[in-house]
Amino acid sequence: MTSMRIVKFILSIWIMVIGVSLPGQLLAAESSLLPSIAKGKGDKCVLPTEYMRRNHMDLLDHQRDETVLDGVRTKQFSLKGCVSCHAVKGGDGKAVTVKDPKHFCASCHNYAAVRVDCFDCHASRPGEKDQFGGLKSKPAGHDVAALKSYLHSGSQTSLRGRDK
Amino acid sequence: MSDFINGSAGGSGGGCGKEGGCGCGSQSNSGSDIASAADFLETGQPQTRRGFMKAAAALAMTTLAPGITLFAVGGGSAEARPLDEAASSKVRWGMLIDASKCDDGCTKCVSACSTENGWKDNGRPDTDAQWIRAVTLKNRKTGATQTLPMMCQHCEKPPCVDVCPTGASFKRADGIVLVNKHTCIGCRYCMMACPYGARSFIHEPLEDQKDYAPRGKGTVESCTLCVHRIDEGRLPACVETCNAEAGGALMFGDLNDPNSEISKRIATYASIELRSGLQLNTGVRYQNI
Repeated sequence: MTSMRIVKFILSIWIMVIGVSLPGQLLAAESSLLPSIAKGKGDKCVLPTEYMRRNHMDLLDHQRDETVLDGVRTKQFSLKGCVSCHAVKGGDGKAVTVKDPKHFCASCHNYAAVRVDCFDCHASRPGEKDQFGGLKSKPAGHDVAALKSYLHSGSQTSLRGRDK
Repeated sequence: MSDFINGSAGGSGGGCGKEGGCGCGSQSNSGSDIASAADFLETGQPQTRRGFMKAAAALAMTTLAPGITLFAVGGGSAEARPLDEAASSKVRWGMLIDASKCDDGCTKCVSACSTENGWKDNGRPDTDAQWIRAVTLKNRKTGATQTLPMMCQHCEKPPCVDVCPTGASFKRADGIVLVNKHTCIGCRYCMMACPYGARSFIHEPLEDQKDYAPRGKGTVESCTLCVHRIDEGRLPACVETCNAEAGGALMFGDLNDPNSEISKRIATYASIELRSGLQLNTGVRYQNI
């Protein structure tokens, strides 16, 4: 009987040890499968990260209507802002597209198995920049004097370089 | 009765040559003039300009554009419209095209638009995207030809908006007719309704779009008047390019501002809207057709 008790005791200890260590082992295995989310530029996101994780889709949804329908182009919740701040560089030094699992959006959405269709239309990496501060062409409109003369009193040829 | 026939289309797509597809000549019936004589029968101040003088000219600021409202601050420094301010119906953007300044075969406005907005020729002229195209008109009697750009005419009463089942086709407060691709279901009803054949449908999956000009498979699109540029106080790409590199045939401005160059020119010289019989009051007008 005593030997039986000893066996039971050892068995229960063993089960307890297994019970404690097994979830730990499982967790350890699981953590390598968790998405590795690239860090964005700057210290923090436009709102606390926890809030953004839960609500970014609503913020983007709201912003898209304001931008498309009304022409409101605030930068805080713009998709362009997300894409540019969270760009991840690939092997060729260029930002990767959403097809790459390292892409900021893809890294989490692949894990959660939630398909995003934003990038069916939108660029999933920042646009090319040049000397015009992110614009592909010279912002003639920012030359206010030239534009004013164009739109108001001047002739429309005032913007033509060859006439100057 | 028709003096003009639709000859050929220039530009990258060349889609105007297709039967009944482009809407600028062959779509409706053979007798309909692209530039109806009715335009010239309207005497006096055209109805469309009547409200212009009512526009508040007494504002302390000079409204150049939603993006480039000039405030008289100190020595006349300028400020852009705040980013959080919605487009205003005080402005109505429009374009005046002087066809006499269009060189034969010139497609600079077309390529400028294509480069700016990222649409291109896929070798399928019947279905390729075409935000703007160069159309050649030929006078049947004299044989004289004339090239002019055709695109969304940004109607005040756009038929595409009337027919859209989801409200995706809409007109912005400042008169720009757009497609909200978030709600567009790709039914292409608007393409049927447009009298100018100005819209196209995206058939192919796309990659690497311009970050300021989202476009994607399954949606309809057309000239946006370069709304992304207008919002930051710049001119549409076609206008900028035509003025810098070609004949300066395109003029852009605020039709609601009686002091704008475009309003003054429209008030001084005869101009027409295409298919004016439809009374759509287009934002794009033509001269010397």
